[in-house]
Amino acid sequence: MSAAPADWPLWEVFVRARRGLTHLHVGSVHAPDAELALHNARDLHTRRGEGASIWVVPAEHITATDPDDKDAYFDPALDKDFRHPGHFELPEGVEHL
Amino acid sequence: MEHTDLAAQRPPGSELLAEQVDAAERDLLAAARPQRRAVGQASFDALIDGEHKVEPTDWMPEGYRAGLIRQIAQHAHSEVVGMQPERNWITRAPSLRRKAILLAKVQDEAGHGLYLYSAAETLGVSREWMLDALHEGRQRYLSFINYPTLTWADVGALAWLTDGAAVVNQVTLCRSSYGPYARAMVRVCREESFHHRQGFDALRVLAAGTPAQRAMAQDAVDRWWYPALAMFGPPHNRSTHSDRSMAWKIKRFSNDELRQRFVDICVPQAEVLGVRLPDPALRWNAERGHHDFTEPDWDELRRVVAGHGPCNRQRMDHRRRVHEDGAWVREAATAYAAKHHGGPQHSTAHQGAPAARQGLPA
Repeated sequence: MSAAPADWPLWEVFVRARRGLTHLHVGSVHAPDAELALHNARDLHTRRGEGASIWVVPAEHITATDPDDKDAYFDPALDKDFRHPGHFELPEGVEHL
Repeated sequence: MEHTDLAAQRPPGSELLAEQVDAAERDLLAAARPQRRAVGQASFDALIDGEHKVEPTDWMPEGYRAGLIRQIAQHAHSEVVGMQPERNWITRAPSLRRKAILLAKVQDEAGHGLYLYSAAETLGVSREWMLDALHEGRQRYLSFINYPTLTWADVGALAWLTDGAAVVNQVTLCRSSYGPYARAMVRVCREESFHHRQGFDALRVLAAGTPAQRAMAQDAVDRWWYPALAMFGPPHNRSTHSDRSMAWKIKRFSNDELRQRFVDICVPQAEVLGVRLPDPALRWNAERGHHDFTEPDWDELRRVVAGHGPCNRQRMDHRRRVHEDGAWVREAATAYAAKHHGGPQHSTAHQGAPAARQGLPA
């Protein structure tokens, strides 16, 4: 059993529903190479015309933040409320600002 | 092909269930709100109590993980082995249109199996391990699949009743506490309503046909009613896993509540079809606001689950055989990849892949 799917890498699948939208992650497939990963992704994720374009990316090529570092990583953004325009009070009557 | 909006294709009459799926999806978004940081059991309890979703990277009790693996794998196996009773009629469908519909439905079942295997993989088990467990009888699939599809009407009755029962069950699983499972269920439910509806449609044609066709439809309903009722599992007080599953919010309703909901849904649909549900005790109980009905024969369910149903051996033999017969395809694909791309480079441990750890699948 040397060539079972267990030996096949995992690919993450991104589908663009239609022109003008971004590719969104929809799931993952196992496949021995990129071409078959695309085929599998098409068969699995676009059976009802959900897609105009598919990307597949080897899961091992995705570098992700460590969930355990979540606080240290993202906390610095939390105290910069002024990045949101709602932080600033506008005098009454001011428009287009 | 133009992108088509699934919502726009929703058949009239399925709004209630479809709305529940939509609502569950909104809950998934709401559950994504930030929660207080905690570790270990406390963090898990906070997620469950706060109606947040548990994700693959979160700490979870071993029993929660093991219970989910058991349930999701059994669900995935049911989708895969469940192709067999329907495949039986693909080459003998009464028209090209029915054949195309049945092919698409069976292909969907394979897809549902894959969504679910992906969800189970996020818990740290490999697909091969699950398939081995199925082939060696350590994991199971739903018992109704061990009954034969004797006539074309069985294809309609099977879909109307067993897919109908699956929809009732799965709509509630869209709110499961485990994120990847809940997300897979949202997708499965949207597609399942096509399965349910095409079965009703096929049966309706027969039920409005010649006396022989009507008899065929009735005979199929007679044989599939109780296997469908048994799909919800034993009564709550005899169910091994129910209490814990409900405490952990893996499932949200008891087997009995779901079975009652299914019966109440089916009665008016059977009237429209003009078929009789094979239970002389079936009647409206105004006091309870539900239909009274006869429970399935639990001894029969136990026998079928233990491997003694009409088709258990046939289903498993076929499953093992096609897996072995397909080995050369998998080997050829691997050899081709090695020759042309120098891959597959190495085995990807599911726990190790960052994307899998992030719970991206499903």
